[in-house]
Amino acid sequence: MITLEHIYWLMGLMMAGVAIVNLRDPSNPRRLNNTLFWGIYAITFLIGSHLSDLANGFLVIGMVLVASIRGLGQGKIAGTSAAEREASARRWGAKLFIPALTIPLVTVLGTFIFKKITINGSPLVDVKQVTVISLAIATLVALAVGMTMLRPPLSAPIKEARRLLDAVGWAAVLPQMLAALGALFALAGVGTVVSGLAQRWIPLDNPSAVVVTYAVGMAVFTMIMGNAFAAFPVMTAGIGLPLIVQRFGGDPAIMAAIGMLSGFCGTLMTPMAANFNIVPTALLELPDENAVIKVQIPTALLLLAANILLMNFLVFRH
Amino acid sequence: MLTLIGVAIVVVGFVLRMNPLLVVTVAGLATGIASGLGPLAVIAAFGKAFITSRYVAIVWLVLPVIGLLEHAGLKERARSLVAGLRAATVSRILLAYFAIRQITAALGLTSLGGHPQMVRPLIAPMAEAAAENQYGELPELVRQKIRAHAAAVDNIALFFGEDIFIAIGSILLIKGFLDQNGIHVEPTQLAIWAIPTAICAFVIHGTRLLLLDRWLRKEIARNQSEA
Repeated sequence: MITLEHIYWLMGLMMAGVAIVNLRDPSNPRRLNNTLFWGIYAITFLIGSHLSDLANGFLVIGMVLVASIRGLGQGKIAGTSAAEREASARRWGAKLFIPALTIPLVTVLGTFIFKKITINGSPLVDVKQVTVISLAIATLVALAVGMTMLRPPLSAPIKEARRLLDAVGWAAVLPQMLAALGALFALAGVGTVVSGLAQRWIPLDNPSAVVVTYAVGMAVFTMIMGNAFAAFPVMTAGIGLPLIVQRFGGDPAIMAAIGMLSGFCGTLMTPMAANFNIVPTALLELPDENAVIKVQIPTALLLLAANILLMNFLVFRH
Repeated sequence: MLTLIGVAIVVVGFVLRMNPLLVVTVAGLATGIASGLGPLAVIAAFGKAFITSRYVAIVWLVLPVIGLLEHAGLKERARSLVAGLRAATVSRILLAYFAIRQITAALGLTSLGGHPQMVRPLIAPMAEAAAENQYGELPELVRQKIRAHAAAVDNIALFFGEDIFIAIGSILLIKGFLDQNGIHVEPTQLAIWAIPTAICAFVIHGTRLLLLDRWLRKEIARNQSEA
């Protein structure tokens, strides 16, 4: 059976390759930092599952120190010139889209098909992780298509991965780091403290005020945690269920659905949701790392107001 | 209250623009210690949480093939696709992507998109090319704003489309949570009540996208009169 562990080996090999390409590139003034950073990251993928928690903790701290003391650099990469790429684009035409579109298509197909394939009675892939495993397999298929079509040197994919990964830099690891922080917050009971604070301030006798508190609380708490999934259980157990549902007789399905979407408004406004808000600024080479958040804030606030009106209007009607 | 020290560290760190990896690590360690764990136990807890969150990084596997295609002129090809369409404007391209992304997400096809695989190589270059068709060389700030909008469209369409699909993570989380509290709802009930917000999202962000062409025209005129 193909499990996440196999995909992690693949990630580890890619990161190790990126580290090696960096090590052999004298044009990068910080090449040792880059090599250490991606090299340690490779280790967490290749053997992280077998190391002790403490050893993994020290590896992570090592990565953070390498990235924050003197920081990571970028090699001067002799890429193709704009004119060469224009010529190549004309030569290949629309065919260039084929490998790119292979990724989403195979991912979507995979999520439907892999669930159903079994070998000797056991499933081909870990059914619980079918989406990410499909994505990983889709990238391999797309890479095979691209390599057959373009026939570049065999080392080209890893060199290209290194170019893009070094352009994104430490931001590539930030989403995973924030997910880890969320787990520590949960362990320490940060949620209970926050919902306790919110409860102390709500005027308990007005259903509309409670709805506003719940929806705004979902958004704000999501901004703190970077993830609406972490905010939902805390706010709903603390405010939603006892007040909106039990005290004022609101509909739990409507409250929960719109409550979660109020949390998503918070996701649009926080650097803590790094994979949605910070990583794209690195990918799109934007100097302001809050550029995407700034564009999203007006929509997020208007939509939060819309959610509050909708919940007020819908949740108490039966 | 001491449990909130991590939250405070994160806020201060982000405001002071320190290295976020360092900020998050310090916040995590401080939160652990504030909750009564010993230093080694905190490091172990952080290591464990980091290792169990590795799946978050799997999207980076797309980089080798995307890089390969960029090397062969994928962005340039996406741009020339738009250069052939007179009707293409920034507003229209982003609105079309918004609609496709939101509808496919509502059908559960959340992986038809994403920043590394769609926005960087295809959507952002197409939107920029549409603006260049109309106005020629773009001022750097205008170019950056168009790119930021391309990234935002992917997020907003995804967030407010996916909850209409009954088997998506957030719907299952809500159902599981309500079940634990003795309230039983069907996923379809939850998905139906995501529709009003989805419509509002389309109207609100769609309007903002339509206004983007007007902003662009003004911004370019302002730049030219300054020059």
